[in-house]
Amino acid sequence: MSMPFGYVSPEQVMKDKADYARRRITQNARSGVVMSCEAGILFVTPNSSRALRKFSELYDRIAFAAVGRYNEFETLRKAGVRYADMTGFQYDRRDVTARGLADWYGQVLGSLFTDSPKPYEVEIVVAQVGKTTADDEIYRITFDGAVADEHDFVVVGGQADRVVAVIKEQYSASMTLSQAMKVAVESLAGQGDAATEPLTSGELEVALLERDRAHRAFRRITGARLAALLTEARGEPPADGGVSEPEGAGGGTPADGQESPADTE
Amino acid sequence: MGNDRKDLTVGGFELPGRWQAATFLAAGSSSFADFLTMAAPDLLPRAQHREGSVPSGVVTAASGAADLSHGTTIVTAVFDGGVVMAGDRRATAGNMIAQRDIEKVFRSDEYSCVGISGVAGIGVDLVRLFAVELEHYEKLEGRSLSLEGKANRLAGLVKANLGGAMQGLVAVPLLAGYDEETSGGRIFSFDVAGGKYEEQRFATIGSGSVFARGSLKKLYRDGMNVADVVLVLMQALYDAADDDSATGGPDMSRRIYPIIATVTEDGYQRLTDEEAGRYAEAVVTERMQLPDGPAAPLRSGS
Repeated sequence: MSMPFGYVSPEQVMKDKADYARRRITQNARSGVVMSCEAGILFVTPNSSRALRKFSELYDRIAFAAVGRYNEFETLRKAGVRYADMTGFQYDRRDVTARGLADWYGQVLGSLFTDSPKPYEVEIVVAQVGKTTADDEIYRITFDGAVADEHDFVVVGGQADRVVAVIKEQYSASMTLSQAMKVAVESLAGQGDAATEPLTSGELEVALLERDRAHRAFRRITGARLAALLTEARGEPPADGGVSEPEGAGGGTPADGQESPADTE
Repeated sequence: MGNDRKDLTVGGFELPGRWQAATFLAAGSSSFADFLTMAAPDLLPRAQHREGSVPSGVVTAASGAADLSHGTTIVTAVFDGGVVMAGDRRATAGNMIAQRDIEKVFRSDEYSCVGISGVAGIGVDLVRLFAVELEHYEKLEGRSLSLEGKANRLAGLVKANLGGAMQGLVAVPLLAGYDEETSGGRIFSFDVAGGKYEEQRFATIGSGSVFARGSLKKLYRDGMNVADVVLVLMQALYDAADDDSATGGPDMSRRIYPIIATVTEDGYQRLTDEEAGRYAEAVVTERMQLPDGPAAPLRSGS
């Protein structure tokens, strides 16, 4: 049986699309960190734009994080806000959940992946802050619609593996906001080839789903508050409790791997 | 309707009408009400999508609407740095008291609040939609609407109910908010045709509004502090309840007091029942001696 001219097998089509999307996200997107801590869920990514955001509010306790092509994840973000607001308006505010939104994003991205010639070059996170870190929900949705239920923290985009490796050695759910910030910034500073310099407040986008805040928990940390948080984070002793050394001195390698950060604050 | 849009299919199955992904992914305005009009018009406040048609067997004349629950008096006044709004707790259906503890003053966003009078079902829906409208815009655009913008949006939502209003399903809001540009409180009132009117100093709506306005005229002074403005509004509500049967006074035995909200630079804040109770008690105690309340001086300046 002869194949029609120009035939490409479905396996090949899917593989090509997935390779394309994966490559574009790894090359073009810088990593974003989403991390549970005592204060809530912290979002940190290098982003020098103050208008084109990667993190935003979806609903009362739920936020959206994305890396990849801005126009594509912005379309998804707006669609998610519409979906959440319509669900909440039709039922009740409590009936809008991160799981529901993550499922919905999975379906949408899955359809787009199979149906359109070019897959979306995005990786998104839907996170919902709970009463305690154990109640936090973090979902990662990839370009092909796969939904993963993550615990404690997740890294999307760029050299995610390297960032994860740094966080893993220092992470603990009981971290304060500044301790979490320290871990996030240290992990991101190692990104890219020449990046041994610490990230400054102008180069970071930071947001927090604040655990103790009523109604709408999402807030951005910008300007003077971000600078103060960074200073405070740099003042945190390293995870092994030794003498604090200048940021980035290790060239992006993690402070040696003891958990249980010293309890300051 | 969203049905004529290109459908996304999942596994060959079309997602049912309003929930199809394409409806949400389509580029559109930042208005939630516009989105609902397109995606799910039946979720809009009842009369909004009927375009003046008469709902069968419901209401054809203003008199028929009397059986529905009505909210009554809302009063509001500005002070230096903000605005206070207060509403009584009574809802009436004809000559019956439908509810003793209804809430008619709502937070619409961090820097504004809305009071409603008229058919409660329509009014509550209207405020709910308005609050989502403001939040929706804020989330999509990354900034809040200006206070003027909020007022225009609310006027649009009220106007959309004109058909219902003509059949007697009348509900009108009163908007008060803190304007970050002028660093002060501002008040907007509306009519059923969608007219928007900025009010100076104070405003009242609802069945007891004439009595409340008379009271405010005599008691309100420019430059009052927030505590005095709250007290003035409490007096005005007492006077409204005194002469209008549809307005409820402070219910001391059941501890049901008017809802009082302030909007300032620090945002919306609702007084707790204890705080509202203290103001109510002060007014009621005083009226035990002077049933008509404080008397304004006969000649100005004296």
